[in-house]
Amino acid sequence: MEVELLDIRQHMGRFAPFDALSDDLLDEIASQVEVAYHRAGSDILVLDQEIHELGYIRSGAVEVYRRNGDLYDRRGEGDIFGHFSLLRNHRVRYPVRALEDSLIYFLPDALFQRLCEEDEYFADFVELERPRLESAVEHQKKQNDMMITRVRKLLTRYPVMVVASTTVQEAARLLGDFGASAVLVLDAPGDNPRYTFRDSEERAWQVRGILTDSDFRRLVAEGRPSDTPVGEIVVDRLVAIQSDESVHEAMLTMLRNNIHHLPVMHRRHPVGIVHLSDIIRYETHSSLYLVSNIFNQSSAEGLAKLAPDVRAAFVRMVEDGADSRMIGSALSTIGRSFTRRLLELAEEALGPPPVPYCFMVMGSMARNEQSLVTDQDNALVLGDAFDPEAHDDYFREMAKIVSDGLHACGYSYCSGDIMATNRRWRQPLSVWKGYFREWIRDPTPERLLHSSIFFDLDAVYGENVYVEQLQDLVAEQAPQNALFLAAMARNALNRTPPLGFFRTFVMEKDGKQNNTINLKRRGTAPLTDLIRVHALACGSRAQNSFARLDDIDRTQLLAQGVSDKLRYALEFLSMARIHHQVLDLQHERTPGNNIEPENVSDTERHTLKDAFQVLSNAQKFLKFRYPVPAAAARRPRGPR
Amino acid sequence: MIRLPGATRQQAPGWPEYLADRAARVRHPLLKDYFAAGCPDPATAIREVPLAALDIETTGLDPRRHAIVSVGVVPFSLARIPLRERRYWVLKPARELTEQSVTLHRITHAEVENAPDLAEILPELLELLKGRVVVVHYRQIERPFLDSGIQARLGEGLRFPVIDTMSLEARRHRQSVLARLRRWMGRPPVSIRLHNSRERYGLPPYQGHHAVVDALATAELLQAQVASRYSSETPVSELWS
Repeated sequence: MEVELLDIRQHMGRFAPFDALSDDLLDEIASQVEVAYHRAGSDILVLDQEIHELGYIRSGAVEVYRRNGDLYDRRGEGDIFGHFSLLRNHRVRYPVRALEDSLIYFLPDALFQRLCEEDEYFADFVELERPRLESAVEHQKKQNDMMITRVRKLLTRYPVMVVASTTVQEAARLLGDFGASAVLVLDAPGDNPRYTFRDSEERAWQVRGILTDSDFRRLVAEGRPSDTPVGEIVVDRLVAIQSDESVHEAMLTMLRNNIHHLPVMHRRHPVGIVHLSDIIRYETHSSLYLVSNIFNQSSAEGLAKLAPDVRAAFVRMVEDGADSRMIGSALSTIGRSFTRRLLELAEEALGPPPVPYCFMVMGSMARNEQSLVTDQDNALVLGDAFDPEAHDDYFREMAKIVSDGLHACGYSYCSGDIMATNRRWRQPLSVWKGYFREWIRDPTPERLLHSSIFFDLDAVYGENVYVEQLQDLVAEQAPQNALFLAAMARNALNRTPPLGFFRTFVMEKDGKQNNTINLKRRGTAPLTDLIRVHALACGSRAQNSFARLDDIDRTQLLAQGVSDKLRYALEFLSMARIHHQVLDLQHERTPGNNIEPENVSDTERHTLKDAFQVLSNAQKFLKFRYPVPAAAARRPRGPR
Repeated sequence: MIRLPGATRQQAPGWPEYLADRAARVRHPLLKDYFAAGCPDPATAIREVPLAALDIETTGLDPRRHAIVSVGVVPFSLARIPLRERRYWVLKPARELTEQSVTLHRITHAEVENAPDLAEILPELLELLKGRVVVVHYRQIERPFLDSGIQARLGEGLRFPVIDTMSLEARRHRQSVLARLRRWMGRPPVSIRLHNSRERYGLPPYQGHHAVVDALATAELLQAQVASRYSSETPVSELWS
């Protein structure tokens, strides 16, 4: 390495996509750099000029424009520009202007093309948007496969081992010294090569078997002398498991053999012993265990005590590499379980309901996309025999029990009062149908807000068929109502992604800089909003955004490949939010939806930018796809 | 003896005349060749002038007592600095390396042992500088050391026009009304060293004291100075001295 280029290659080596290149390639790049200084406000690339170089921002910042002169992006130190045009016809498609005094390193086209060919990561990176997002999401999945929890994860120490001639007294003393409950008995190698191994001094041993607490109790009960060699009492039948088997498999092995101690082997070498309690402790944090525990609680207070377990289960799922759909659906299941158990408790306290009812949830719980930070959105759909005078006291009380209970469990009260405790949202089915028809037929701003909340709906408990009828009503009426769709589409544009995403701040459309960004408000929420509009337009009955995209794919609503982009963007943004919530929990902060660009890696930042770009493009399309019908310039009234 | 042109523009005779005169009189073919290539017309816009950033690391500040340790050259233009055209030589100094200069330039004795003498690299060096206007930061090093080194070897000296990025900074920060006002108020003068000057233009810090890195840093500084205080149409005579 030539020392004079060290500074240049070290700088480039810190930034994606150069950070993943081999040292040899980096040397090559540094030696081919051409340097140019550009004063703030000066043009670096002009529209349609020929381009044969990739730009790398060593210092300063630039603005990238669209063909029509709109600002497209802002880029800073370590970012690149010009790759889009280099990959296509070598004419500048996105003009670039220096925003600050900037020092630019230019790389020749031939080298750029070579890097694209030789390095897959580099190629993915410069092929804007989809491939990078896609590969980031696939990377998450790969980790998922790898992270099926292996039994070795439960091991905390090496097994206690004794030779067969050791007395039982000595063995019992060793167990006491080590605080262990089982010991492996070794002997000279015999006829069972399966459990033959060499120790660190190259002596060969065979594992004959295992002695546990209960064997020692039996020994004392039978009055055997304390100098009995362990070899005389150990059973020559060893059940063991390989260290790379799953925890699940270990549990099954114990159940099958009715044992509580299971030696764990790395090939033929014993590396530890798992006890059934290790597995139970491990499973305690799993969502499955949590759900069954919810249904075992006999009071709202007991349920509230489980709130920390929800967080533990969440962290566990993330650490085990679950994707956003798995996490969203697990958290929704947990939330529904709380709700359901509270309803059961309410019925126990209040007696059987006077008329049939269905308790329904809206928003993220209905979509199976619940996150850790969430409030409650719920409502009661009552049978049409409902008589307010006679029956409402019962349901008001029920709603209060559920709502208060959920609040205590960490699902805070809805700030918009979308809860069954609100009389307006505690109505018979016929009234609900009236609501929904009216919202679709005559969308005012307030009704649109309701539509965007209530049209993600699902039954939790009771007469599910009521909610199914409401879902059917929406799926049938929404697609026929262009005005409603146009209004929903406009409404879905209220929340927009940021324009740029820098090392330390977020760039807004008006040029304002923020040092934090709400990933829900600026990312996942507007994405689910726009997916909902397309889903309503195609009559989908699905509630989950990914399932809705599957339905949308069966139509011609979106151009080829667009729904995949939306899937990747939603997955990536959701996981980014989830990962930052785990970080918050690990640092004992209250988990939130905000992230600070400072705490985001270079690669994650670039991928976030891509995801925001996908969202921004999809929002533009939405406006164009659902125009306000010409005949409806003035809002019509009354039935049609 | 022809009077050397000073910093002021309209002085006659200028650099082209000086170089032509030397070309006619000089005896050594290397120097004859160099002077014959001349320099751009003083009215030439800076963007059209072929430039070469030059940095020389020495064992000290006195050309009579100290020697050249290394030479770095980066040919460039106002638009671009192509790094692949950079050249770097470690030289065997005629005088002993002092401890201080060793640590300063990170060149060790062993590296110098097999290095060539200035005489051996002169053909290549002069070929590279020929027809270009040399750019340095602080002209009291590069020009006198080359002059005295060449004088000692070829019997004839070498003088050439240089653009000194340090004196361009001094024009603004040492000789301006504002600078005099600062001095009058007892404020310390603005530093015009390479690193501090670069900082004022938002240029990144480089590891100093490598001849090529310093040459590159000087080239970038000139680009920044012209972009900020002059223009690409500024005649070269306004910048050289």
